[in-house]
Amino acid sequence: MKSGKIVTYLLLILGSVIMLFPFIWMVSTSLKPPMDIFTLNIIPENLTFDNFIRVFEESLFLKWFLNSILVALITTISVLFFDTLVGYIIAKFSFVGRSILFILILSTLMVPTEMLIIPWYMMSSDLGWTDSYWGILFPGLMTGFGVFLMKQYMEQIPDDLLNAARIDGMNEFSIFFKIAVPQVWPAMSALGIFTFLSNWNAFLWPLIVIESPELRTLPVGLSFFSSGEAESQWHLIMTGATISVIPLIIVFIFLQRHIIKGITLTGMK
Amino acid sequence: MTNKTSTSNKQTKEQKVSLFQKIRGNHKHQQYLFVYICLLLPIIFFLGIRILPTLFTFNVGFRDWNLLSSGPHPFVGLENYVALIKDEVFIKSVVNTIVYIVFGVFGQLLFGIIVALLLHKINRFVGFFRVIYFIPYVTSIVAISWVFQWILMGNGVINDLLINLGLPPQPFLNSPDQAIYVIIGAMIWQAIGFQMVLFLAGLENIPQMLYEAADIDGATPWQKFWHVTVPLLNPTIVFSAVIGTINFIQVSFTQVMNMSVDGSGGPLNSTITVVVYIYQLAFRQFDLGLASAATVLLFLFILALTLFQMKVLTRKFDY
Amino acid sequence: MLKKWHLALFSVLLIALLAACGDDESSDNNSDSDGDITIKYWQYEFASKVNLMDELIEEFEEANPGIKVEQTTFPYDNYNEQVAAQVPAGKGPDVINLFYGWVPSYVDAGYLQPLPQEDFPHDQIEDEFFPLVEATKMDGEYWTIPTAVRTAALFYNKDLFEEAGLDPNSPPETWDELADYAVQLTKKNGDRIEQSGLAWEPAQQGHHWLRDGLTLQAGGQVLSDDRKNVLWGDSDAGLEAFEYWLSFPTDLGTSEQGFYTDDVTAFVTEKAAMNIDGSFRIGTLQNDAPDLNYAVAPMPGKDQKSTNASFWTNGITKDVEGEKLEASVKFLNFLTSEDVMERWLDATGELPAKEAVAMQDKYVADEIYGAFINSLPFANAHFFVDETKERDLVIDAANKVLLEGMDKEEAFNELVEKTQALYDDYWSDK
Repeated sequence: MKSGKIVTYLLLILGSVIMLFPFIWMVSTSLKPPMDIFTLNIIPENLTFDNFIRVFEESLFLKWFLNSILVALITTISVLFFDTLVGYIIAKFSFVGRSILFILILSTLMVPTEMLIIPWYMMSSDLGWTDSYWGILFPGLMTGFGVFLMKQYMEQIPDDLLNAARIDGMNEFSIFFKIAVPQVWPAMSALGIFTFLSNWNAFLWPLIVIESPELRTLPVGLSFFSSGEAESQWHLIMTGATISVIPLIIVFIFLQRHIIKGITLTGMK
Repeated sequence: MTNKTSTSNKQTKEQKVSLFQKIRGNHKHQQYLFVYICLLLPIIFFLGIRILPTLFTFNVGFRDWNLLSSGPHPFVGLENYVALIKDEVFIKSVVNTIVYIVFGVFGQLLFGIIVALLLHKINRFVGFFRVIYFIPYVTSIVAISWVFQWILMGNGVINDLLINLGLPPQPFLNSPDQAIYVIIGAMIWQAIGFQMVLFLAGLENIPQMLYEAADIDGATPWQKFWHVTVPLLNPTIVFSAVIGTINFIQVSFTQVMNMSVDGSGGPLNSTITVVVYIYQLAFRQFDLGLASAATVLLFLFILALTLFQMKVLTRKFDY
Repeated sequence: MLKKWHLALFSVLLIALLAACGDDESSDNNSDSDGDITIKYWQYEFASKVNLMDELIEEFEEANPGIKVEQTTFPYDNYNEQVAAQVPAGKGPDVINLFYGWVPSYVDAGYLQPLPQEDFPHDQIEDEFFPLVEATKMDGEYWTIPTAVRTAALFYNKDLFEEAGLDPNSPPETWDELADYAVQLTKKNGDRIEQSGLAWEPAQQGHHWLRDGLTLQAGGQVLSDDRKNVLWGDSDAGLEAFEYWLSFPTDLGTSEQGFYTDDVTAFVTEKAAMNIDGSFRIGTLQNDAPDLNYAVAPMPGKDQKSTNASFWTNGITKDVEGEKLEASVKFLNFLTSEDVMERWLDATGELPAKEAVAMQDKYVADEIYGAFINSLPFANAHFFVDETKERDLVIDAANKVLLEGMDKEEAFNELVEKTQALYDDYWSDK
């Protein structure tokens, strides 16, 4: 038993090394002057914070950072609200067109978003949404993924629980908020972090829809450091990437217990 | 589906109970109202933002549409589809996509389960390890792709290691035979954290008493794994496989664009995927017609695959 | 819990509301309320160009009251995407800066309008500009006009020359010398290259070097004068150039694709001793590698002198008309003025596109730019029907030899054949 534990820990530590090595390299590169990026030391020989200073001084990095937080936060809240609601309705109500609706929503997962950019742009242009925050975030306000995920969870809530509440005279909105949501609250925190992350990293659409430098999101802004003909400024890209990972790690550290308790697709019966 | 029938069964039973009938009538009304009010915005959203643009794409697939030209875009029937089927690169991209899915999804499920099982066995530093294994998932793909190139290049650390072990150095990303597996490896590396979270949650929910019962029956750890853990993890596995596949097809785009030696699925198209090719057709060659036709084919492919996965994976472990 | 959700609901509604308000604000109209004409200018993101352009726009606006110029930039890698996404929506720039190799696709799609002949007379262009600007003359019209051009030359690391016992003041001048120097500058450990004599990347400047440099130097020709036939394989020179080009990663063993990720990175970090690169690299080297002790020499030649030239060039999009067209023409005239060309060189390292400006003594004798300027009279800019695809064909040909062991001649013939197919396709609907 004891030795089994030790083996487990050893395996986990070995895995951690593999998982962390590229990441540590990224962080280490951000602390090196450009000439030194190929030196093999994990701890930089000529340690410098120049890259960090340059990232902030030569670009609107802080603004981009805040834009990314704003966009990711708003889309996450919206996705959590709507996807949970739609998932709940599809799972717990029978109404005309239910399965068609679900299949349609699921099918939206099967078209690469790269191909939706042209019609989205046409639409945004007609409606005057280009080059605005709303333009960046409207395609992400609801996701097929979230509806699918939440439907799976909502199905596991016993019907009796909901019916009992109905007999008690609760209205449907209260039943959703007070009975259903608390049951799947952990799953929602998982959906929350996944959504936040995918919007935090979103690149192509924000790039296309934004023209003003001050509206760029972080990945879009960072892409301006690697510009084909001008040499890619890898030291600056690594720096930007290092900074941009910090909030995500912090969020995960705080939410991990919730998340792991949350993503349970079995049980409850 | 089974859920639906059980709900209606329940409802027919309830209908017999006369006491409930009046209240139910009221409720029925309120429920319909609730359903349609709540679905109003989502239906508008999914129709307007997702379905209509998709139909637009499907329509463009039947046209000769140069993206830089403002029209007219003549209808050409199935010409784009015929051109695609004759196109070696497209066929290559389909084959590659299947390789990516088979190895990539299997790999991330396997390692996800392994890490989750290991983490489930220990009780100290669990949170610490979780964070470590989750870090790759939140790291910028663009930045980390360059780090991988660096690690794997001819003079990189991995080749240093191979030489020190007395093995020949490998070309990795420069080789048309190896590059695709290297990229799959990087994708698995990045996705383990995501799968780990899903599986940890699944494991947490398996009642301890099932294992105790198995112990009493004298089951070996291996038997316990196959007869208790795997069946009870089945819903997680199905979900992970479906979502992993869909994600893989979409996410592979960024990885391939950033890790392949020429930034577009090389060398010699050995790492190109359907999505990367669609992107190139539309935005590098400005042939939106061909790109849209390829999108339709991809759509049908994923649809078939999803249905297949849901069927096979749920049946296999039925208990 | 309930409160949380009300909060969420409320914020979603608030956003919808904000968006609705946003509509009214951003309903864009092209002419400002005070009767100013606004022209939209797009170029790719290249810090020194963008900053200079901001200055230039300010001066232009001052000199031309009533005209406003809005500059927008996008990263090079996504520049075409950005243009393409806006076409179906009927949006986009009025004046656009394009890589010359892209212009044929843009012209073909009807994206640009020809430069008005009364403002840009052909004989004047042909008189004043270097002949390579003809690469964007199609169907008897000039579609674009550049401020500046760039040539490729040989960058070499002086310190590494000295270390290898070579004279840093006499760089290689011929094919043989280049090969010889590359061998001497290469450091190997067994089969592994630890220092590359010459960085070699077909995907970067390598394919240009092959086409406009080596092939012409050997006395060959890539394309017929009417741009319809690929003559690359007609004489022995084409194959000779191809074989010489490939000898660096094969027979000579001085080079490797993907060596320290890419040629520029390898050169900056002193892992590669020489590199064929464009004048535009100088700014980057000064910024990122101030301590690098390097020099630039004209590209080594053989029977003929030749080097690759390329340029970013300005065109007017097709729907621009009336006052806006007049303003755009004024702006283009300003951008191609001699004063702007000189400042462009100082700020960005790109060379004046007009011969009289470029060949001034102060530039010809310049320590760094001299090599590039002196290469201009024999520089060539290949006419691309599809820059991306032609580049990919060269990369594929190289990879077939390097990775699949295909015979060089066979790979070369395939390259010629496939390139010809691209041209046939291009001309088929003309």
